[in-house]
Formats: sequence, structure tokens, C-alpha cells
Amino acid sequence: MSVESESVPLSTTAERQVVLGTEGVAPGQDWVIVTRGIRRDYDMGGEVVHALRGVDIAIRRNEYVAIMGPSGSGKSTLMNMIGCLDTPTAGEYWLNGVQVSHMSDDELARIRNKEIGFVFQTFNLLPRASALHNVELPLVYGGVSSKERRERAMEALQRVQLGDRVDHRPNELSGGQRQRVAIARALVNRPAILLADEPTGNLDSTTSEEIMRVFEELADSGQTVIMVTHESDIAAHARRVIVLRDGRVSSDERREKFVASGGRV
Amino acid sequence: MHLVEAIGLAIAQIRVQKLKSFFTLLGVMIGVMFLIAVVSIVEGMSRYVQTGVAEKFLGVNTFNVRRIPDMQMGDVTPDEWREWSRRPPVTLEDAEAVRAELPEGTRWAVEEANWVVPKSQHVSGGPQVITLGVTTEYFAIKDLAVVKGRIFTDQEELLGAPVVVVGQEVAEHYFPGVDPLGHELRFGDIPFRIIGVLETQGSYFGLSFDRQALAPFHSPIRRLTHDPRQGLYAVAVQASSPEQMANVQEIAREVLRRRRHLRPDMKDNFALESSQSALMAWEKIKNYMVMAGIFLPAVGLVVGAIVIMNIMLVAVAERTREIGIRKSLGARRRDILAQFLVESATLSVVGASLGIALGAALAKTIAYLSPLPASVELWSVVVGVALGAGVGIIAGMYPASRASRLDPITALRAE
Repeated sequence: MSVESESVPLSTTAERQVVLGTEGVAPGQDWVIVTRGIRRDYDMGGEVVHALRGVDIAIRRNEYVAIMGPSGSGKSTLMNMIGCLDTPTAGEYWLNGVQVSHMSDDELARIRNKEIGFVFQTFNLLPRASALHNVELPLVYGGVSSKERRERAMEALQRVQLGDRVDHRPNELSGGQRQRVAIARALVNRPAILLADEPTGNLDSTTSEEIMRVFEELADSGQTVIMVTHESDIAAHARRVIVLRDGRVSSDERREKFVASGGRV
Repeated sequence: MHLVEAIGLAIAQIRVQKLKSFFTLLGVMIGVMFLIAVVSIVEGMSRYVQTGVAEKFLGVNTFNVRRIPDMQMGDVTPDEWREWSRRPPVTLEDAEAVRAELPEGTRWAVEEANWVVPKSQHVSGGPQVITLGVTTEYFAIKDLAVVKGRIFTDQEELLGAPVVVVGQEVAEHYFPGVDPLGHELRFGDIPFRIIGVLETQGSYFGLSFDRQALAPFHSPIRRLTHDPRQGLYAVAVQASSPEQMANVQEIAREVLRRRRHLRPDMKDNFALESSQSALMAWEKIKNYMVMAGIFLPAVGLVVGAIVIMNIMLVAVAERTREIGIRKSLGARRRDILAQFLVESATLSVVGASLGIALGAALAKTIAYLSPLPASVELWSVVVGVALGAGVGIIAGMYPASRASRLDPITALRAE
């Protein structure tokens, strides 16, 4: 982490422009996410709503980023875009060196399967399936053999300290445990990015801290983590905070790790 | 892997909602049930007719030379009737001429018959008995064996000995509690000595083969059985093998045409009746029955398909969020499509399987309670299962395609 902190300049007004603009950033090995002038318009019964009005973001491998913004700022739309659940009306999006902004449904499904691990506010586990089966699901769609599936799912569950709960169904687990199953599921396919949407929105503060510690550890181990939240104390865990306002990036700040773990901004 | 998962899911669904599933599957179940029942009964009848015609009336690999066909199913036009009534009788001389040219190993018998009520010293009066005058190979051709006594010899036949072999019913009716062997049975006041009793034969088409009596062709029985206009009732010819049938029939045809001086452009003025020709008529009737029998199951299956489609639409709506989750994890359209298709096919196959069991039970019950025979065929079971899967897939097509086209963002937001 230290290498990265040194190589990327801390945010000052002058330097921020460098980070904000993606001119000269070549999508590839180093930059896991690069967007150029992403726009997203919705047609709401004849009236066009501009959810995103040209967003340029570049995120390096191993960054831990929080995307913030008030409701209506376009952060959910941006998250759907980054998560390849939606495609932009205009602009380019490069994920892990591949342009995904013009892909078909099935190609996007493959990208979601291989490159993205989702963690949702409402956990989104299959209620009738065991923890193990839930974690196996991305591997099922990835075409992994059942033996390897089981091994990798077990490994992922052990990583979130749920090795002893593999046969429990979601309704037999606590909120924090459910979210950890979801994290295991997100990690099982070794994705390029872990994409979390209000991951602590449905959890009490103690459990929230527990989940944030899991994220912290993942970020420390080199996992790229992108987290959408409107809670500033949750965003404070991240090393970089991008704030959206009215469909544009209004600020983009980086900070040292000790500041982040220190608390409030 | 998907398949096992989807089948498991469908079965779990059925288990959780037994009553709802039962009603869902009712249509398919009833459709397949009637299909199996109808096919079983038609097949049962088919076997019955085949055994009846091929083995009892005619004999295996056997054809009858007759003046007019006996086993005629279906319509006969007035023109045909007129042509038949002008035909000359089949005479003993005709039969002998045919016999002279038959290949080695071929059996031959002549047969005349009438309905007679015989009389014994114990009983007079009773049901009519089919009284036959036959030559000795008749027993072998019709596979008639005796349980007691013996059949008559060639010598007895040629000399016209007044002896008779009777069926079980005749023996029991006229000699209640008495051993009939050696006793006298009078046919039209002509006394015949009973020398044998046949094995139980059963009855076909309401005709009891245990109510017959067979005497030598040349015996005085001919006074009762001979009809000068009709001539012989039949000349029965049994080929040595199925392959020989056509050949032997051609020989018989040529002999008769020659004897009757028929020019090549003239039709036969006699009938060669094989089980094949008789069964052809039955096949026609059977096809009508099958067609009629398929209509009702078809209605059931259509209704079943509509119900399954509705249930699957409900399932898709209820599980929108699940579809969203699966899509977010990388399920492609075809994965979702396959999942719901397998589910509806499984549902439908379960219904079809219940239908097969009920249909087989229904067929057996009908067979038990009525004279209709039933025979559950393996192919009808296979067709039933395939139909179930087919109906399920067709019914699931629309709901599954709707599910597969759901937008993942909208689906994830669903409650």
C-alpha cells in the first residue's frame, strides 16, 4: 500500500485535476477502471433525465475507493455502470483493460461473472440455498467443475471466518454473517474489483465495524474495493473518496491510511 | 450441474406446495392418463384380435380357401355382394387339386360346419354346438390337443367312422359328472362315439371354442354340415414357415384359377383368407379408435400446458429478485431460460408420471370390470413421459423467456 500512496500525489486543488481527468491514462494492467465522459440518460415518459453528465474516473489496481453523494447525485447509476449491470448512453468504460461500454447482455454477464464481485445492502442471498451453495453460484455460471467449486467456496467461506456455517441457510445466520457470506460469494471468482453498494446499510454499528474490518483486510491484501455509500463515517474507511453531485464528480480525495482508520473527515 | 439443480428446485417447489402443484399438474395428469388408458385398451384389443384371428380362427401361418371371405370387417358394397353370390362353390375336388401341388411340410385340411344341438342319454337340448366335419390335419393346424382320449385317425376319417372329439363345455353339459369317453352323442339322431375331449380353448368374440364337436369329414356328419351351394366351408392350408405363406398362397391361387379357366384379366372367384388380410380390416378400425382416443388427452394436455404456463409466470414474478441475483453473478440469458424450462418440464413430467400410473390403473380396472382386455405398452409409457416433457417445455417457453430478458437492475430492486 505504501508504494501506491507514494506514487499517487495527495490531493491538492492543483493535483486533483490530474487525478480527475483521465487524459493520458492508458487503460490496462495498472488502471483497473477507466471511464471517459460517461453519460447516462433516462427517458422518463418523454422527459429526459441526465443521471450522469460526463464522468471521468481512473482507479488503480489495489485502491480502496468510496463513492459518495446525496441521493439523486447519480452514484447508484455509476455503480450499476461500474458493475456492468448497465451500459452508458455515451462515453467509454474500460474495465481491466477491456472496453465494456458497448458489450451485449451475455458478454456483460460473463464480465460480471469473472471481474466483479457484488456486495449488496440487502445481502441478496438465495433464501433456499445453503451458505456454501450461495457462494458456489458464481462458479456454477463460470462453468467450474463441481469438485473445484466446492473447494473454492469452502476456502472463500473460511476466509470470512464462516467455515463452520457452510450448511446454514441465510435465515439461520445473523445479518453480519449473511453479509460475510455475500462477501465470500463476491470473492470466490477472484474478481478484479469488489463492488459494494451500501454494505452496512442494513447492519447495526457494531456489525458494521466488523464488516468494515473485513473490507480493510481485503484492501490490505491487495483487493481492489469500490464502495458506494452515503455515510461519511463508512466512507472514511476508504483511502480515496469520490463525491458525485448532479451527475458529475465534484471532488476526489486521497488520504493516508492512518487518517482513514483514524476516523472522521 | 444446472440440470440437477433446476430439477431439484422444481421438485422442492412441488413438495412445498402439494395442493397447488396437484391442481397445476391435473391437466397433464388427466391427459396422459387417458392416453395411456386408451392406448392400453386399444392395444389389448389388438392383441386379443390377433390371437383370436391368427391362432384360433385361422391358425399360425394359415390361410383359408373359401368361396367368400368370412372375417370381413368394414363395409361390403352391393356390387361385391352380387359378385360373391355368383361364385361357384369350393368343392372337395378343388381342395384335393390344391393339396396335390402343395410343397413338402405344408398342412392341409378341409372343413364343413353347422350349428347343431346334439343329444346324449343324459341331456337333450342346450346351447348350439359348432359341429365340424374335418380331415385329420385340422387338429394340428388349429393347435387343438385333447386332455383325454385321442383324436381320430386318418383311417377313421377316410372310412367315415362315426366318432367325435368334443370341447370341454360340450362334455360337461351333456355328461354332467360322467366321463364322456366311449359314450354316445347324437347329432341329428346319428349316433357318434366320443373318443376325445379337447383342452380348454377359451372364447373369442363371444364365440366359445369349448362348445365345438369335431367328427371325421367323411363320416355321416356330412349330412348335417354339407351345404351344396356353399361347398366346403374352408380349405385350411398351413405353410411350414411365415416365409412360405406367400408362395403357398400363390400355388393355391394358380391351381384354382386353372381349374376354373380364369383368364388373366379376370378376378379370382374365390377368397384366400389369411390372418393378415383379416387383420388389415382390424387395423383400420383400430386407427379410428386411436384417433378418437387421442382427442381427449390432447384437450387435457392443452389445458395442462396453459395452467403450467400460468404457474410459471407466477413463479417468475415471485422470483424476480432471485433472477436479478443470478444475473448479477453472471447468469446469461440462456442460463435463466434453461433454469425455468427445466423447472416447468420437471413439473410436467411429474404430472405425466402420475398420469401414466393412473392410466395404467384405469386400464387394468376397465379390463377387470368389463370384457375389454388391456395391455400397457412400454412405448405408450415412453410417449407419455416425452409428451409431459414436451408440454412442460412448450408451456415454459414464454415465462422462461420473460425471465431471461429481465433487466438485472430492475430485477434486483424487486421485492
